[in-house]
Amino acid sequence: MSNKNDNKVLLQNKDWCKGCGVCVGFCPTKTLIIENDKCIIAYPEKCIFCGQCELRCPDNAIWITAGGKENEQ
Amino acid sequence: MNCSDITKKYYRVQKLTHIWCPGCGHGTLMNTVIRAIDKLGLNKDDVVVVSGIGCSSRAPGYMDFNTLHTTHGRALAFATGIKMANPKLHVIVIMGDGDSSAIGGNHLIHAARRNIDITTIVFNNNIYGMTGGQYSPTTPTADFATTAPFGNIDVPFDLCKLAQGAGATFVGRATAYHAPLMQKLIEKGLQNKGFSFIEGLSLCPTYYGRKNKKGNAFNMHSYFKDNCVDLKVVQKNPEKGENKILIGEFFNGPKPEYTESYQVIVDKFKELRRD
Repeated sequence: MSNKNDNKVLLQNKDWCKGCGVCVGFCPTKTLIIENDKCIIAYPEKCIFCGQCELRCPDNAIWITAGGKENEQ
Repeated sequence: MNCSDITKKYYRVQKLTHIWCPGCGHGTLMNTVIRAIDKLGLNKDDVVVVSGIGCSSRAPGYMDFNTLHTTHGRALAFATGIKMANPKLHVIVIMGDGDSSAIGGNHLIHAARRNIDITTIVFNNNIYGMTGGQYSPTTPTADFATTAPFGNIDVPFDLCKLAQGAGATFVGRATAYHAPLMQKLIEKGLQNKGFSFIEGLSLCPTYYGRKNKKGNAFNMHSYFKDNCVDLKVVQKNPEKGENKILIGEFFNGPKPEYTESYQVIVDKFKELRRD
């Protein structure tokens, strides 16, 4: 069964993350956690690609892409 | 660079990450400016971003357009010069609350009075962040700041009313939490032929938040979520607006634009010379 989220991937740039916790607070599925003052995509399988983290991240450190790319960090 | 496509397209990625503190609302608001420009499909070479001095005024340094970082409070004066020299440009001014309403207060009201086609975006964090947390003209009464250890006795400016009273033709307010509304207001401001004033309520967890026990960045976002009401809702149910911060589009009323009026004078003069 395919759905519209099949190709989407949640990516992050840990170098830019300042660990403010805004994305963690707004994530509705608790996909993200804070570890050692950085945001970590701890449970990528839970992500519903709502885009709240990307919308609210002040540092452009987390984003959703339409797939094909691997997380480099 | 490891970042999203829109970041790669519109930011000077080699200068990121930015200087702002963790959780600062300015980054979120800067992103709304970028998204608005992207949505309208403006050519990067036709956009000029001008700023003064302060935390918010660091923004143009990271944005990949024609940018100008000017003196404290004078961003609108420089922007007026740019617009007069080349009226085809989309001129955006990013200022802070102190920049726009304290030292630059006169520039703000006179740019608004002239109705020159500049989109002014104020990142209002209620405090002077860069210099260590002094109270600004928008710090609410009784709130604390480094220079108001027993509470602020001043009454804050309502920047939107100030701009509207001075003659701005598009006025709106949103917050860092209400990022989609902020983006929409900036889009409308950029399309408005005249002086557009958009106040973006930002959050300063480092100084304003800590001095006033507002919690972390997420708590401050939640405060905006719970305490802001759209003007449209209040117009239908006035009781919902009690003790709340009003957001939304406040005013949109076209008037003759300054550079166009100036062009009329130039044309008249040329005609006289020909005779």
